[in-house]
Amino acid sequence: MKRLINLKPSKPLAFALGILPFFLIAVLYVINSNARLAENADDKLLPPVSKMADAIERLALEPSKRSGEYTFWIDTASSLKRLGLGVLCAAALGLLFGIFTGAIPLVKSGLSPFLTVISLIPPLALLPILFIVFGLGELSKVVLIVIGIFPFIARDIQRRAEEIPNEQLVKAQTLGANTSQIIVRVLLPQLMPKLIDSVRLSLGAGWLFLIAAEAIAATDGLGYRIFLVRRYLSMDVILPYVAWITLLAFIVDQLLALLNRKLYPWHSQGNR
Amino acid sequence: MIEVKNLWKNYGENVVLEQLNVTVAEGDFITMVGSSGCGKSTFLNLLLGTEQLSRGELLINGKPIASEPGPERGIVFQQYSLFPHMTVLENIMAAKAFERKGFTGYLFGKAKREAKSAAEKLLKEVGLEHALKKYPHELSGGMKQRLAIAQALLGKPKILLLDEPFGALDPGIRAEMHQLVLNLWREHGLTIFMVTHDLKEGFYLGTRLWVFDKTRHDPQAPNAYGATITYDLPVSKNSNYENLLSLTK
Repeated sequence: MKRLINLKPSKPLAFALGILPFFLIAVLYVINSNARLAENADDKLLPPVSKMADAIERLALEPSKRSGEYTFWIDTASSLKRLGLGVLCAAALGLLFGIFTGAIPLVKSGLSPFLTVISLIPPLALLPILFIVFGLGELSKVVLIVIGIFPFIARDIQRRAEEIPNEQLVKAQTLGANTSQIIVRVLLPQLMPKLIDSVRLSLGAGWLFLIAAEAIAATDGLGYRIFLVRRYLSMDVILPYVAWITLLAFIVDQLLALLNRKLYPWHSQGNR
Repeated sequence: MIEVKNLWKNYGENVVLEQLNVTVAEGDFITMVGSSGCGKSTFLNLLLGTEQLSRGELLINGKPIASEPGPERGIVFQQYSLFPHMTVLENIMAAKAFERKGFTGYLFGKAKREAKSAAEKLLKEVGLEHALKKYPHELSGGMKQRLAIAQALLGKPKILLLDEPFGALDPGIRAEMHQLVLNLWREHGLTIFMVTHDLKEGFYLGTRLWVFDKTRHDPQAPNAYGATITYDLPVSKNSNYENLLSLTK
């Protein structure tokens, strides 16, 4: 018998082990749900899977009686639009800040302490200000996401820019490159895959700020919906919505990883 | 001509180089040896412009050396001097683009086509014509350094600085690289400064071999005195380096 640290699972075993926790959770849920329903057929806390399917069918496949819209898809589209816009702006802003503070010492001295302080402000504490300044519309939600994640991206990109071996910058200079050429041809392309990695890491926070903003002031959106139906203890809606949000987050993350591999093949392998 | 006049380099209390006085003629191939931390890399960095001298003068053709790296001095490092996000061809073409003034460092249209054909020709000369589309991480150590040397020469430098360029290569590949460097040195009329840990390599390649060492020691303050050039040996190609080896001991 080998030592435990040397035992490596075969591919099918690794897959089975990966599935196992999900399966266990599902089984636990069904057992407990059945137990509660046996006592009280109207129990709302752990609804049966069939009831969740009904709820989603109602929201996703039938037009709403009130507005004639497909609530589930409207919610999804609104949330993804806010998140996408917010993350895109944050990434652009973060890249801009990060690349200039990372490449130019004078800019770093000017902006780095400021950026550090900004990143320490809890974004949710700014939410009332955003509602006051930008109103309750889309803008305040997008701005919350931007403020929430851009300092992280900016500081991450700055660190990544500083990590690029100085030898490359010296080499470019000995070939006659000026500052803007070095930024555009040496730093920027090497930071793009790092930016995608950074966005992947900050998406979790992005969802957090999105749902918080929607919970407080919105008329649609995934976060709005689950906080709305909470009043009626509609676990049959909340649970599938949470699963859906998780799935969306997973898909976005995997798409970004795929994008990184396709666009920057030199990044994932070797990397020197 | 490069003149070094009473050059000192120190970081605070820590003296690295002291009383360096030496003159180098155009076309010299200088190899620099010495134990670790004795200032040979620091001297190379002073020549490169990434470090500034503390006292004294460092003149190229009578003018003080530029205080930042520039196209008149080429450099090959032991590693990391290639651009990892560019293919072999792009690495060379980028060097062509950096020569020109511009904002982006990209070439377009006719200039791009010309740079491409020139780059392909150059890569053929250094034996990399079959690897044009490869990224640096896909190349062997020897191929990487060959590309780095080809790239360094594109800025048409008069002075080429080599910082242990072959330290990480296998002996067989190393001999090949020695021939390449010697050929390029003669062809382009370069003045070369090369830091090496390999004394044999130093004698084989150089026309002058410098040994860096400390002449003064203070056991109470090991950093109080810096190193200087303790031996400046002319090496002719037919001299027996074994004899010189015994001389340095």
